[in-house]
Amino acid sequence: MSLTLEEVRHVAGLARLSLSSEEEALMRTQLSAILDAVAELSAVDTSAVEPTSHAAGEVAPWRADEVRPSFPPEKALGNAPATVGTSFAVPRIIE
Amino acid sequence: MEPTELSMLELGKKLGSGELSSVEAVRACLSRVDRFDGQVKAFLMVDREGALAQAEAADRRRKDGRRAGPLDGVPVGLKDLFLTEGLPTTAGSAILEGFVAPYDGTVVKLLRAAGTPIVGKLNMDEFAMGSSTENSAFFPTRNPWNLETSPGGSSGGSAAAVAARMVFGALGTDTGGSIRQPAALSGIVGLKPTYGRVSRFGVVAFASSLDQVGPMTRDVPDCAALLQTIAVHDPCDSTSAPMKAPDYLAELEGGVRGMKLGLPREYFELPGMDPEVRASVEAATRALEKLGAELVPVSLPHTKYALATYYLVAPAEASSNLARYDGVRYGLRAEGAGNLLAMYGRTRDQGFGLEVKRRVMLGTYALSAGYYDAYYLKAQKVRTLIKQDFTDAFRTVDAVLAPTSPTPAFRIGEKVSDPLAMYLNDVFTLPCNLAGLPGLSVPCGFTKASLPIGLQVLGRPWDEARVLRIGRTFEREHDFHRRTPPLRAA
Amino acid sequence: MSVADFQPVIGLEVHAQLLTRSKIFCGCSTEFGAPPNAHTCAVCLGMPGVLPVLNETVVEFAVRVGRALGCRINPVSIWARKNYFYPDLPKGYQISQYDQPLCEHGALEIDTDDGPRRVRILRIHLEEDAGKNVHDAGGGESLVDLNRSGVPLVEIVSEPDIRSSSEAAEYLKALRDILVYLGVNDGNLEEGSFRCDANVSVMRKGASQYGQRVELKNINSFRFVQKAIDYEIGRQVELIESGGRVAQETRLFDAVRGETRSMRSKEEAHDYRYFPEPDLPPLRIPAGYVERIERELPELPRAKLHRFVGTYGLPAYDAKILVGDRALADLFEKVQAVYKGPAKKLSNWFLGELLRLMKEEAREVGALRFTPPQFASLLEMVDAGELSNNAAKDVFAEMFRTGRSPREVAQEKGLIQVQDTGAVEAAVDAVLAANPGEVEKYRAGKKQVLGFLVGQVMKAMKGKGNPALVNAALKAKLGD
Repeated sequence: MSLTLEEVRHVAGLARLSLSSEEEALMRTQLSAILDAVAELSAVDTSAVEPTSHAAGEVAPWRADEVRPSFPPEKALGNAPATVGTSFAVPRIIE
Repeated sequence: MEPTELSMLELGKKLGSGELSSVEAVRACLSRVDRFDGQVKAFLMVDREGALAQAEAADRRRKDGRRAGPLDGVPVGLKDLFLTEGLPTTAGSAILEGFVAPYDGTVVKLLRAAGTPIVGKLNMDEFAMGSSTENSAFFPTRNPWNLETSPGGSSGGSAAAVAARMVFGALGTDTGGSIRQPAALSGIVGLKPTYGRVSRFGVVAFASSLDQVGPMTRDVPDCAALLQTIAVHDPCDSTSAPMKAPDYLAELEGGVRGMKLGLPREYFELPGMDPEVRASVEAATRALEKLGAELVPVSLPHTKYALATYYLVAPAEASSNLARYDGVRYGLRAEGAGNLLAMYGRTRDQGFGLEVKRRVMLGTYALSAGYYDAYYLKAQKVRTLIKQDFTDAFRTVDAVLAPTSPTPAFRIGEKVSDPLAMYLNDVFTLPCNLAGLPGLSVPCGFTKASLPIGLQVLGRPWDEARVLRIGRTFEREHDFHRRTPPLRAA
Repeated sequence: MSVADFQPVIGLEVHAQLLTRSKIFCGCSTEFGAPPNAHTCAVCLGMPGVLPVLNETVVEFAVRVGRALGCRINPVSIWARKNYFYPDLPKGYQISQYDQPLCEHGALEIDTDDGPRRVRILRIHLEEDAGKNVHDAGGGESLVDLNRSGVPLVEIVSEPDIRSSSEAAEYLKALRDILVYLGVNDGNLEEGSFRCDANVSVMRKGASQYGQRVELKNINSFRFVQKAIDYEIGRQVELIESGGRVAQETRLFDAVRGETRSMRSKEEAHDYRYFPEPDLPPLRIPAGYVERIERELPELPRAKLHRFVGTYGLPAYDAKILVGDRALADLFEKVQAVYKGPAKKLSNWFLGELLRLMKEEAREVGALRFTPPQFASLLEMVDAGELSNNAAKDVFAEMFRTGRSPREVAQEKGLIQVQDTGAVEAAVDAVLAANPGEVEKYRAGKKQVLGFLVGQVMKAMKGKGNPALVNAALKAKLGD
């Protein structure tokens, strides 16, 4: 298989996903299969090709430096799982 | 005649003359929702009060002689990834369950200005990742033509709601085929506009360089009218095209005489294409030939790499776009996590479904140190070649014809555990997204089992008018789009 | 100490907030000090469905900085996503620039004890700031305030050309002064609008390869820069001398203990998974844009300093103070252009009375009430002997407060000294006649009685005698 369990765990860590061991095993199998399938791209000669980094061809107009109204607290915090005053509250990082 | 048998534009005319009221139209929709949505399950949320209030306002405008436009008062539905202020918006995901949008997206604002009452929010594959609406965190939607089958995805709820006439028209989004494929499977019309034609501001993002908003309707004139309403430059979206849209209805009935329509060999030669689909689409191309178009064989040689390209680019962008769902400022936060890392990990593991997790993992891997060049960068280069294929083809033809989906609607449960099999649903639709082109699907036939089949029309960038015209020319000589699914009230 | 056997090698990264009114990608205010999350919107909160739109003044300010530092402005530069998870980073990625930044390959000349040194600037790029994560002391939680999320930053990266901690401090001061001169940053380290990270390594003198570098983060005052770097140099040397190896790591400066500490975090080395930002097209600088900005660039601090020393002949100490405030320097030149007298005299007035009154009345140059010609006129009156120095200070204070002309004020207060030699002679004659004893003493050699006689004449003239004239007249009549 293309991916090792270690690699699956490493990627899950980067993506902040706490996978169960069943999920890890399933991911390993399925992602390996997908990666095998996409490996065919290596056969394509792209030595003279630029990547399509941007799909929109036109240049975007810039915005004038003007202050616009911000959200009132109800909108900014209305969906927050936890707040203290008008701050978002989150558990601490363990140092 | 039930009001819901009318098209959007037909209803609009009757609203304008006062023959029907918008409130009646909304009530007719709600009545069908009550009768059929228990089986179809297209809706995640029905906004009865809101829709009726909006309808009343439309009726008042009409009485005051200041209708907002031809669609003022015509009820529509929205895929649940359009942010609608004050209403829940879930993107089909548990991670946004309970999230109430604090603002209206641009397209929603445009619809409100056009006066179309919003009946409700429609089911979808979670974060638009899927081709069957089975990846919705809530429940799968069923195809009104056969309730055992999928309506397609990710805009499956939108397609089913339009097909079942629970709304007159709907908006969906298309990243790899998510408007066109469900349109084909559900027997309706669906258009993915050129990338940049319609604003993405206020649309939950899946893959930023591929996502586009588009209309899903029962016929092509409705599609053109709905597109007209939303094809407006948006200063809040830096990828929104600065130029003004043409009048999409003006040339709609102009016919195809003199047009050159390309038949890409790589699409028609795909093994595993359902023979009834192939036969129906080939017949449709011949019909257009009889109507005056010239059919020209073309080659799009990099087509076979489109699937791999898409499944590197889209998940990579998605892995980044979905990083914001972290339990900090909105949405689900897992209980009982004592520290930040655990909170992140559990929230996202609980909140995201399997397909989303799979694509986030794939995308993260494709961007990660040591793999970026071989995967993401490589895919973006092959993407350029796929675009170039079309640019070359469009030197000799005005548009390209193809099947929309390799199969008709499949049984729910049939493909959902095999990601690669599911991904194959999009082989004909993906290249158009990678190239940023406009693509339309129109009904072109039915299988013996009475499942719809769709014909795809792909055009040059910004050439929606021509694409719609080709679709309309085919449509008006046939009545596939007028057939209704055999739904029985519960 | 064997630190002397080692050569420190230092590179500096500065993150400076740009003084635009609104944020880089949305219209929220950048004003400091608002209640938490008062200046946020869907965009800078990272809500679903939002998209960035670039603030035009951010580009202008960044190009100003780039040209002021002699950088090449890339006509096309690319926005990139830097992906990592942190509560103060709402989207889970920062929009920044990676490949193809806006500015490259400039330099900043600084004055060191060993003469001028040219520190090369590798690159300058634009990015958005993150919010603030405050660790709640009691609650075991962190509190997140996203007011700062989306404030525009330029990141200025130097090459490792700096060779000592004092040079580093000099570089930072010079850079800060330039940014303030350009009007793009307020130079406030304590408030965090100008932040510095240092990359420090040491190599044995004469060695051909650089040593392992260590990143020192978030040094928030100029004093700390030197301390932190000196400590780190010492730590690395000691480590190497004792046979150890310098680890690649990030360290924080502990100002209380005066030492650097490793940042012990469970994070693996960051894999930021940079890729081009699909929501923003490449940043294209229109033709003529850079030239226009260059034309509008003010004279920069160092050039102004050298010119004040060279052209006006001012001592470096004076020039530094004047040049430290661009508006003050401009005022100096305006006054000097009218005055035309010795620049040092004017400088003394600036460094003395003017700065004192400005501080007392809490008034900045822009709010001063008097005009340059008025100031010049005052000095001319002193030079002409019409005002004594003390009287002039009095007049100046009034002029400062009211903006009235110095002549008018002096006349009103009766401070103008008598210049009329006839009147002076008459008074001198009278005093000499009235004090024959003192005259004798003076002529006998006791020159110090001159002071007494001057005092008498001044008294007779009610203080309005021009002291120089009085002195001269007395001496003449005493036969000196």
